[in-house]
Amino acid sequence: MNAPPLQTREERVSYLGAGHSLRSWLLTTDHKRIAILYLVAITIFFAIAAVGAALIRLQLMSPAGEILSHEGYNRAFTLHGVVMVWFFLIPSIPNTFGNFLIPLMIGAKDLAFPRLNLASWYIFVIGGIVTLYALIAGGVDTGWTFYTPLSTMFANGHVLAVITGITIAGFSSILTGLNFIVTVHKLRAPGMTWGRLPLFVWSHYATSVILVLATPVLAMTLVLLGAERALHLGVFDPTIGGDPLLFQHLFWFYSHPAVYIMILPAMGVVSELVTAGARKRVFGYWFVACASLAIAGVGFLVWGHHMFVSGQSPYAGAIFSFLSLAVAVPSAVKVYNWTATLYKGEVVLDPPLLYGMAFVGLFTIGGLSGLMLALLAIDEHVHDTYFVVAHFHYIMVGGAVSGFLGAAHFWWPKITGRMYPLVWGRISAGLIFLGFNLTFFPQYLLGYLGMPRRYPTYPPQFQALNVLSSAGASVLFVAYVLPLAYFTWSLRNGRAAGPNPWDASGLEWTTPSPPPKHNFDETPVVDRPAYDYPLTRAAPDE
Amino acid sequence: MNPFFQAWPPEASLHAVRVDQLFVAFTVLTVALTAPVFVLMGGFALYYRRGRDVDRTRAPRGNWRLETAWTIIPFLLALVFFGWAGWLFFGQDRPPADALTIDVVAKQWMWKFEHPGGQREIDELHVPAGEPVRLVMTSQDVIHSLFLPALRLKQDVLPGRYTSLWFKADLPGVYALRCSQFCGFDHSVMAGRFVVMTPADYSRWLQQAGTDGSLAWQGFQRFRALGCSGCHGPASTRRAPKLEGVFGHPVALDDGRVVTADEQYVRDSILYPAREVAAGYAPIMPTFAGQVSETDLLELVAYLKSIGTAPAQEPAP
Repeated sequence: MNAPPLQTREERVSYLGAGHSLRSWLLTTDHKRIAILYLVAITIFFAIAAVGAALIRLQLMSPAGEILSHEGYNRAFTLHGVVMVWFFLIPSIPNTFGNFLIPLMIGAKDLAFPRLNLASWYIFVIGGIVTLYALIAGGVDTGWTFYTPLSTMFANGHVLAVITGITIAGFSSILTGLNFIVTVHKLRAPGMTWGRLPLFVWSHYATSVILVLATPVLAMTLVLLGAERALHLGVFDPTIGGDPLLFQHLFWFYSHPAVYIMILPAMGVVSELVTAGARKRVFGYWFVACASLAIAGVGFLVWGHHMFVSGQSPYAGAIFSFLSLAVAVPSAVKVYNWTATLYKGEVVLDPPLLYGMAFVGLFTIGGLSGLMLALLAIDEHVHDTYFVVAHFHYIMVGGAVSGFLGAAHFWWPKITGRMYPLVWGRISAGLIFLGFNLTFFPQYLLGYLGMPRRYPTYPPQFQALNVLSSAGASVLFVAYVLPLAYFTWSLRNGRAAGPNPWDASGLEWTTPSPPPKHNFDETPVVDRPAYDYPLTRAAPDE
Repeated sequence: MNPFFQAWPPEASLHAVRVDQLFVAFTVLTVALTAPVFVLMGGFALYYRRGRDVDRTRAPRGNWRLETAWTIIPFLLALVFFGWAGWLFFGQDRPPADALTIDVVAKQWMWKFEHPGGQREIDELHVPAGEPVRLVMTSQDVIHSLFLPALRLKQDVLPGRYTSLWFKADLPGVYALRCSQFCGFDHSVMAGRFVVMTPADYSRWLQQAGTDGSLAWQGFQRFRALGCSGCHGPASTRRAPKLEGVFGHPVALDDGRVVTADEQYVRDSILYPAREVAAGYAPIMPTFAGQVSETDLLELVAYLKSIGTAPAQEPAP
């Protein structure tokens, strides 16, 4: 890892200046350095998973398939799903920005368990290497959902190795969640009451609860899957006494809350971006904070909406449908509150706010299409079609990835001490919004027309929309490479950011940029609510 | 029609029309709920941008009434649609008693359909228009899903279990039939044609399609060949329940439960006879697992169904 050149005094005494050797990074217990380690790791995983996406979109340029065999296509979308979900989306915001910012935001020197934090990174990387080895050495063709008995009795490929890697990485999630919960409870600075916590911290707290409660269920499920595949223990395959639907219940009991693991941190980011962009206190603080907790709670009770046509009882389907509509309410409350926050604000359309607004737009479309999927009679038609693919990409890419990039554009000056060119930031935000809609909106139409997902070949009447989608993906590719380029450029050439380039409230902006090794020279004392705009600043000459 | 582009999927039934109405109505609601957010967010961002001299006094920090309103009103609107969608979904739950039953066996990567008269077809399903049709489906290997886009219906097809789907197709024509649950290598070509015909055309098609006798007849042959009739037959002296008049009726079990003798019960009784033993009988029946295919099982079911109401007699070939 190349340490950025440390030109200013702040940079030399910062956490970045506290040692340049590889060892000083790989054995660090500083939450900020561990955040950087995570950032590097997940960026690599994102790039690998994006190759899977590129193969998919190239293949679907023509009805007969362009470049891959059926076997190759099945392996490509499995790689894309597995790596994106478990090695990018789930750790993306919590393990990088959460790790970096939670101690800074609550006025702590570090997380509660710094060595556990480093251990979680190693566990994550080991899980990632095991998974990648298996996905590249031979691949898996089950899809990221591993439905039984396909995955246990029929699929070829390295299913056991991949689920081992995922299970290992799961422990990293559990440790991170645990670390955040304890940190928020025990390490808040004097005066940092629960009612003064930034909403970013609230949403990470809610996320951590899900991480700790849901991830063990995934581990259990994958162990049972492995036991059936390796030892022929009849759990899921009916020919040896199992129940094929049991797997789906267990899998979605984790994997639906996992969607909230991906989206809640992004919502926390957006709360910060919108308030800072409007220079105004958030509208309805407690409603936004409690909405995170409500989503985390009710999110555990909606897994059956993945199974309306699985053979599950239709009465269970009706209850899951109702609860799925209910879980949308707190999300809607957040969107309305963010909108109201802009009212009478002092709005600056810098890249962070643009990304925040892109999030709101895409998340709203994705969320409302989720309500359509929650309606029994509509789901019966569009289940397992591209409509579902479009829906969850609006949430996970339009939502979670926009949140991630928004966070990167907002806190980059804090993390590196350097500003990036704002014009390019605005351009990339616009390109992402455009490219994203071009890629995924046609997929809603494809789904309603009846194109099932996971098809390497398709009927010719679906070609025009597939080509449109692939064209959008190429715009999206440019839009993702752009920030990578100007962020890297800014490490050497960006102007020094100063402690608070956005005039934002929040304890993290009271430290120098980049922050010193132990965050605060003196433990800060908090005497005001979060987002206490306008900032009262001492006149320069006094 | 432009071969590269399709604007709207064909509607082959009243149910499909109703699902489309629901979908369009909900889309309208979606736009109605989203448009204010987009307009206001863009509007506020521009109107209140820094440097503009506009009134920013008395900026609100929250508003109980507003929060309550935007929590409850969208939820109530969603509930209306919950009821609407539920009504459509449950309308598809219980098939009419006189529905024509067609058996479906899915396997990697083909669909096999069997009509009551014994006509078999692969990757093509012919049905009469205007008549209720019930599909009883099972899989020989992994989970598949029968997707009939023109009817806006799909149902997963599971190994080891019967799932069913019923519909009334109204408009004769040739439509798509696809597998929508990922089932491995050739998932995307596990597809075929769904042919809705006028009842007259359908009977003509049945005549033309070859048959080795009705499913019930074939089941009867198998019933004898497997030795079932040795114990269950009318001349049997062994203590085994008679099977006439059983199908579709309640059966008392020796553990006190009462179950309905449906397709699943018959299937499980053949494969796992010790699991649910009829009250008053010793659990002496051997399992036939491994000796009968899914097709054999469906034929046996058809035979038992044919003697479910009528007194025992040989079914018509």
